[in-house]
Amino acid sequence: MLSLVTFLPLIGALVLFFGIQGDRAARIWALGTTLVTFFLSLRLLSGFDPSSPAFQFLEEVAWLPAYGIAYRMGVDGISLPFVLLTAFLMPLCILASWESIQKQVKAYMVAFLALESFVIGVFCALDFILFYILWEAMLIPMFLLIGVWGGKNRVYAAFKFFLYTLTGSVLMLIAILVMGYKGNTFSIPALMALPFSFAMQVWLFLGLFSSFAVKVPMWPVHTWLPDAHVEAPTAGSVILAGVLLKMGAYGFLRFSLPILPDASRFFVPFIFALSLVAIVYTALVALMQKDLKKLIAYSSVSHMGFVTIGLFAYNQQGLEGGILQMVNHGITAAALFLLVGVIYDRMHTREIARFGGIAHRMPIYAVIFMVFTMSSVGLPGTNGFIGEFLILLGAYLANKGVAVVAATGLVLGAAYMLWMFKKVLFGVVANDEVAALRDVNSREIAIFIPLLILVFWIGFYPAPFLNMMHASVEQLLIQANTIKAGSAALALF
Amino acid sequence: MASPLPDIKLVLLLPEIGLSLLAMTLLLMSAWLGKESRGRIATWAIAGIALVAFAMVSLSSGVPPSTTLGGHFIDDQLARFMKLLLLVATAFPLLMAGDFLRQHALESGEYFVLSLFSLLGAMTMVSAGSFLVLYLGLELMSLPIYVLAAYQRDQLRSSEAGLKYFVLGSLASGILLYGISLVYGATGTTVIHDVATILKAADHVSPVAVMGAAFVVIGISFKVAAAPFHMWAPDVYEGAPTPVTAFIAIMPKIAAFSAFFRVLFEGFATLQGHWGPMLQVMAVISLAVGSLGAIAQSNIKRLLAYSSIGHVGFLLIGLITDNALGRQGVLFYLAIYIFMSLGAFCLVLVLNKGGVGDEIQNYAGLAKERPLLAFLMAVFMFSMAGIPPLGGFIAKLYVLMAAVHAGMITLAVIAVLFSAIGAFYYLRIVKIIYFDPTCEPFAVKVGLSHQLVLLISALVVLGTGLFPGRLLAWTQATVQSFL
Repeated sequence: MLSLVTFLPLIGALVLFFGIQGDRAARIWALGTTLVTFFLSLRLLSGFDPSSPAFQFLEEVAWLPAYGIAYRMGVDGISLPFVLLTAFLMPLCILASWESIQKQVKAYMVAFLALESFVIGVFCALDFILFYILWEAMLIPMFLLIGVWGGKNRVYAAFKFFLYTLTGSVLMLIAILVMGYKGNTFSIPALMALPFSFAMQVWLFLGLFSSFAVKVPMWPVHTWLPDAHVEAPTAGSVILAGVLLKMGAYGFLRFSLPILPDASRFFVPFIFALSLVAIVYTALVALMQKDLKKLIAYSSVSHMGFVTIGLFAYNQQGLEGGILQMVNHGITAAALFLLVGVIYDRMHTREIARFGGIAHRMPIYAVIFMVFTMSSVGLPGTNGFIGEFLILLGAYLANKGVAVVAATGLVLGAAYMLWMFKKVLFGVVANDEVAALRDVNSREIAIFIPLLILVFWIGFYPAPFLNMMHASVEQLLIQANTIKAGSAALALF
Repeated sequence: MASPLPDIKLVLLLPEIGLSLLAMTLLLMSAWLGKESRGRIATWAIAGIALVAFAMVSLSSGVPPSTTLGGHFIDDQLARFMKLLLLVATAFPLLMAGDFLRQHALESGEYFVLSLFSLLGAMTMVSAGSFLVLYLGLELMSLPIYVLAAYQRDQLRSSEAGLKYFVLGSLASGILLYGISLVYGATGTTVIHDVATILKAADHVSPVAVMGAAFVVIGISFKVAAAPFHMWAPDVYEGAPTPVTAFIAIMPKIAAFSAFFRVLFEGFATLQGHWGPMLQVMAVISLAVGSLGAIAQSNIKRLLAYSSIGHVGFLLIGLITDNALGRQGVLFYLAIYIFMSLGAFCLVLVLNKGGVGDEIQNYAGLAKERPLLAFLMAVFMFSMAGIPPLGGFIAKLYVLMAAVHAGMITLAVIAVLFSAIGAFYYLRIVKIIYFDPTCEPFAVKVGLSHQLVLLISALVVLGTGLFPGRLLAWTQATVQSFL
């Protein structure tokens, strides 16, 4: 079942590559494949037992048995939300690229479907080598998506994206190999139970950190993100912000916290410091942006700073808030990039100064934009509030000073988002191009409706989402608080 | 006292005997047959190689390893595995060569005869139980290649390549021979097994033997183009006709790495403390030269030369680890490397035909014109860069795993960092193919034989990336029987 969800898009991609001709057919085929994948992932949800912290839908097939490498798949309450999020966003991405992608449509759809397979696979993999393979394989389609269908400076952005991620990842590979050597297996659940000495944990943590931090992205290795976001096509940005960034934080959750608990605790001050810098500094940078996409990209870095604080707060509230905030950010940032895409398709610019008074011409668009802006700011009643509230609560319980500094990020976030909103949508109609704008069409509305529903659903009634992860998070906390090393130098902060 | 019958088991030499008969027959045929029927020699040569491969596999299955000619000739699992690789590494470039020779009006039987003799030398080298046979095989392998490199004799670059390869190759042979003589001086024998016994029994390591070992290692390193003995590679790769380049890129490497296996793990096993650091330095320099040198290249063949130097760096790491996993990694890496290189060179050859040169920039916009060829190029490049889920990744993974097992974490970190740098230039090729606008249409036709080479290479690279189990089991069995 899990393998089906994971590899159905890849099979779809192969069929598309070899068997289907014509742009329209390619679009429909890709949309159909992603929709089927999404419905299958809902089946996963209905078969999932949220009261159990264990991995479910387990699959294990011998692959390279001599060295403990196997094809192992499974999901728990931490990975399932991301599988669903990915499967949910993909059809929207295909829809968003319906008209904006006109050249090499078939290749575009093939790359997108392959990307979906690899990303879902990353969240399902329970074998470290399998995880790494999918983690790296994902770079190829993303590299092509940015490089072929991106904006003016696409080649630079694609290279930067690829090389940043690859350099981080190869160091992770060494850490993975060391772990596999010590444990004589690459099974992730087995490694969670394995003791490592403290010094070893520190090195392993740094190895994993080099990869995850680039992906999150944490300050100061975040500089690839604004470039990649600005140059990627709309749907590429959506996937980048919606899912790929979550992979780094997921890595911390899945590997660093449970497998290397002592080192993770040791590095808490370090993570907090980097996250706080990210929150405040990138929020300030976002205030200065002229490009709409760049502004949202920097806001992503700032929001992911919140997430990492939540994850390393070491309490139920922080962790659940962190995971929920990742899902929220996946919805909100994805929607914001889609909104930018809508207007970019019409005006072919993203310069904030060129907009103004759009609300007069596109009232429906303005309402949708407002909802997601509020969600990004964290207004009560939207999903953003729940996530940020839980994170701040968790951070406050862990360390009051951190919570106070992080809270300033909220204020700054409100500042740049509202400033941007006012500049783009309100005021007098700025120029003839704006005057000629048409409001969103039914296809575009169809993209936003599911996102809008989720914003309010999580905002008013987050319990189903939190219940899904509750048991797994509790177990993770127990794992993360164990002392594996004999004499662990506990972090005092 | 003296044994009544000399130790000669001709049956072990059957593959070599068959090949030399084939080569000589073809030589006669090419002399007597008319110009128009020369094309048939290619078919004969390839069919002959396939027959030898088939006979070797079917006759040797279940036969225990043994030696003959007084220990000078070894027939074991390693030799059989490597010989099979050698046969593949010769047959495929020959398949590629047919069309090329016809187009450049170079059609003649000698091309195939020379390749076969070179293959014969390489197979002898693989089975070498003594330094003398090793040297004999190496020379027989190298001399025809020098000629092949200069095969387009009306082209300046080709002649230059041949001459350069010859001069530096002879120097390497001299160094190797000098090393062998030193080892002989220190131990009084050239049989590798006896050298090992004597060195093990000695209570102190004779500096003469150490010097000899160092020279032998350097001599072989020349053949695999490990830095700092790589200077010939870019020029020869660029100048030689492309099918010959493919041949040079893979065939001598297989033979030379088998020689490394025999010499390092058997003959000089006790000198590990001496050759280990030496190879470590060479591995790091190779990785550096391979990844940094390639960045500035605009010619695809030069670039692939530097890339092969980087691959040799990885292979050397596999040797240094001195554990079973590392040896298995080397064998696996070699097998994958053959197919990655064959695929890449075949594409270079195919794309050159329509008047497009070997400059990477000429491939601009290939993805729009010929999506399948572009996809194949991307597969080979990503595989060489070691991006999963392709064969090249599994190969690198095993070498790195071996390095971690041997406790050489620093070396592993250096290797992966250089491979990340190396990814840059592989990506640049993909970038040019996929991102850049087309400058001129690609009027290329892919012949049947080229289609076959590309198909098989791509299937192996993709297949071993997803299901490496069988090849891994095979290499593992080979390594275990060698220990």
